[in-house]
Amino acid sequence: MWDYLKLAVLGLVIVVAAVAASMARDPAYLVHMLLIIGAAAITFFWVIRRVGDPVPAANPNEYMDGPVRAGVIATAFWGVIGFTAGVFIAAQLTWPQLNFEWAQGYLSFGRLRPLHTSAVIFAFGGNALIATAFHVVQRTSAARLWGGGLAWFVFWGYQLFILMAATGYVLGSTQGNEYAEPEWLADLWLTIVWVAFLIVFMGTVIKRREPHIYVANWFYMAFIVTVAMLHLVNNVSIPVSAFGSKSVPVWSGVQSAMIQWWYGHNAVGFFLTAGFLGMMYYYIPKQAERPVYSYKLSIMHFWALIFLYIWAGPHHLHYTALPDWAQTLGMTFSIMLWMPSWGGMINGLMTLSGAWDKLRTDPIIRMMVVAVGFYGMATFEGPMMSIKTVNALSHYTDWTVGHVHSGALGWNGMITFGALYYLVPKLWQREGLYSLRLVSWHFWLATIGIVLYAASMWVTGIMEGLMWREVDAQGFLVNSFADTVAAKFPMYVVRTLGGGMFLLGAIIMCYKLWKTVTDSPAREPARAPATVAAE
Amino acid sequence: MVDPENKTPDNKVKPPTRQYPDPKQKIEQEVKTTGHSWDGIEEYDNPMPRWWVWIFIITIVWSVGYWIAYPAWPGIQSATSGLLGYSSRGEVADEIAEFEARNEPFFIALAEADLDEIREDDELHRFAVNAGSSVFSAQCSQCHGAGGGGVQASGFPNLLNDDWLWGGTMEDIHQTIRYGIRNEDYPDARWSEMPAFGQDGLLDDDEIDQVVNFVLSLSDSDHDADLAAAGAEHYEMNCASCHGDGGEGDYFIGAPALNNQIWLYGGSPEAIRHSIYYSRFGVMPGFAGRLRDAEIRAVAAYVHQLGGGQ
Repeated sequence: MWDYLKLAVLGLVIVVAAVAASMARDPAYLVHMLLIIGAAAITFFWVIRRVGDPVPAANPNEYMDGPVRAGVIATAFWGVIGFTAGVFIAAQLTWPQLNFEWAQGYLSFGRLRPLHTSAVIFAFGGNALIATAFHVVQRTSAARLWGGGLAWFVFWGYQLFILMAATGYVLGSTQGNEYAEPEWLADLWLTIVWVAFLIVFMGTVIKRREPHIYVANWFYMAFIVTVAMLHLVNNVSIPVSAFGSKSVPVWSGVQSAMIQWWYGHNAVGFFLTAGFLGMMYYYIPKQAERPVYSYKLSIMHFWALIFLYIWAGPHHLHYTALPDWAQTLGMTFSIMLWMPSWGGMINGLMTLSGAWDKLRTDPIIRMMVVAVGFYGMATFEGPMMSIKTVNALSHYTDWTVGHVHSGALGWNGMITFGALYYLVPKLWQREGLYSLRLVSWHFWLATIGIVLYAASMWVTGIMEGLMWREVDAQGFLVNSFADTVAAKFPMYVVRTLGGGMFLLGAIIMCYKLWKTVTDSPAREPARAPATVAAE
Repeated sequence: MVDPENKTPDNKVKPPTRQYPDPKQKIEQEVKTTGHSWDGIEEYDNPMPRWWVWIFIITIVWSVGYWIAYPAWPGIQSATSGLLGYSSRGEVADEIAEFEARNEPFFIALAEADLDEIREDDELHRFAVNAGSSVFSAQCSQCHGAGGGGVQASGFPNLLNDDWLWGGTMEDIHQTIRYGIRNEDYPDARWSEMPAFGQDGLLDDDEIDQVVNFVLSLSDSDHDADLAAAGAEHYEMNCASCHGDGGEGDYFIGAPALNNQIWLYGGSPEAIRHSIYYSRFGVMPGFAGRLRDAEIRAVAAYVHQLGGGQ
């Protein structure tokens, strides 16, 4: 009965989407409808082949790791796609000829830039967060994922959102809001998927068998709930037509800018910080086999972080039409955020005290430590850049780009790699990783790549900021904009190189994870200790 | 140190004898865990680091101080304005006013001086060139290049040489900057239009080919002598009235000189054929409404001294 209902709904979706596709007013909308038809049709046939089959009863004493495995694969896959896009657009900035004429604008920097940012943040980072959230919440709650197949819906629904976003960008469908580029149709779909994610996660936490909720789960919950709120408020818009991808935002002017950066900064705060702190709070203690350093610190810095982060957005709009009072609040709350952010770093690093020797022998721990180190560096640099006088120099320059990447590559990238290295042998029942030597290669390529990236962006950012503001004794500007662009060329080459090394490391990781699954010896099932009497 | 249990054979390198304290044991002796355990993860009940707490408090105290000094908390009608009376708009206005007060005498002198006199007053000229260079960077470099070199063969003229379209005296340059070229915004804008000889059927393809070769011959470029000879007549009838018999051009109607190797849209036979067939229609905005008079004069002085001023 349930199956027939599903089939009816899927059939209806296909028919409605087909009608909408035939009336599409723009190519992006048409492609999105075709994607929906494709996804619904595949699901339709998948269901119809199983109609009447007895449903295998899920063992409540067994973790549901299918979506986690799929998420790990998706994370590695989108990671490589996103990093490749990043290296390519870095090369486009260095050598503008790479904005190919023959591509008719579809592959120009303007279209590929949101493709890169969304691919790394939402496709790579998002899949990593969903997969690890599902993994961690089951382990630390000692409960199987709640909601049966709903976790699979979250996984596949999220992939569909990624495809809709990516095709939309290339075809020119965008809201033009940084990190919130997808248009209304993709936004609505993401809302549905995200609510399902929240339900699965909360359901699992509620039926947990542990008396307390582990700190990692606080962070994951904060991440899921806040991102839902941010997404809904920033994307309030009215579609021009039900059959076109364009919509008109409800917010306008400086209100729109403020809401956008309230969203944008908290995307960093709750997606890239809180969510990944959840990841850190599980995988570092597990890999180091050490207790978390301080429970008190984890409570304090959690609530301080959650409370303060949400105010910090206006520092993206210093010296704009935003009223001075809002700029002041954005700046001061960013400064106050410094220590709450560092609380996570302290807890991560100090958890390793007593296991520092593992830094020498375990490249995975090394990766996680470097991640926490970059986290600390970026969360110091951030408050510093929010100070108005510093911001007057750094704003709109490549310094910002370097700051984001030392956080994204160093913190989000490295902690995700560490988690993947931890997860793959566990999820596929392997003895261990295929080759620790290759982990070391990955580690060094990524670390040196990040250093090249961040250092070149500091240099060009500060240079650019100084050149823009340089005035002669009579107050006349000294440099034209084109002068500053020309001066950045060597640093752009270095940045492209650094990005390329990071990408190469990620490709090595994919190879190694693949070999771990196919070539590493299977793990012996745990056995009860042999009795002495047998002798 | 001697191996206490004498387990190491004498012919082997002795293991290091320094004893590291086992930090794990030490910590566990001093600090209790909270007693929770999730999937084997426990938590120590360590206090928060004091330095962490203190820096956190200091940032909060500092923020409160900042709120008192600067505009901070919104009310219903307006926000607290802060004891310092600061506003970012006020800050910019002050800075602009400071430079303007310093430069005002020069700007007044510049606006009042006769255009040709500017060059004779060293101090004024130096000021004009600096100011002009800065305005040029912001307003003109997008088309004419950061140094005024133009963009070759793309219709953006090079300003470093003495090959002018509309004349290179201070007066000419000033006029061009002030009102622009071929725009509807100013009645005094420079205006001329070459017929599209091919598109409008004034010359057929063979005739255009002949004219192309004749034009190339004017500047001693590679050309087909027979075609050029045949083109001379068409040139004289259709082109010479503006471009001159020898291709010397005419500043008065903005007709480019054709007797040198400087080409606004490229000097290849294809580019010249395109110019004759479709004609070109380069435009430039007028700056009378965008810049103050003294600034326009400054740009004129700057461009004039780049190399080609007459």
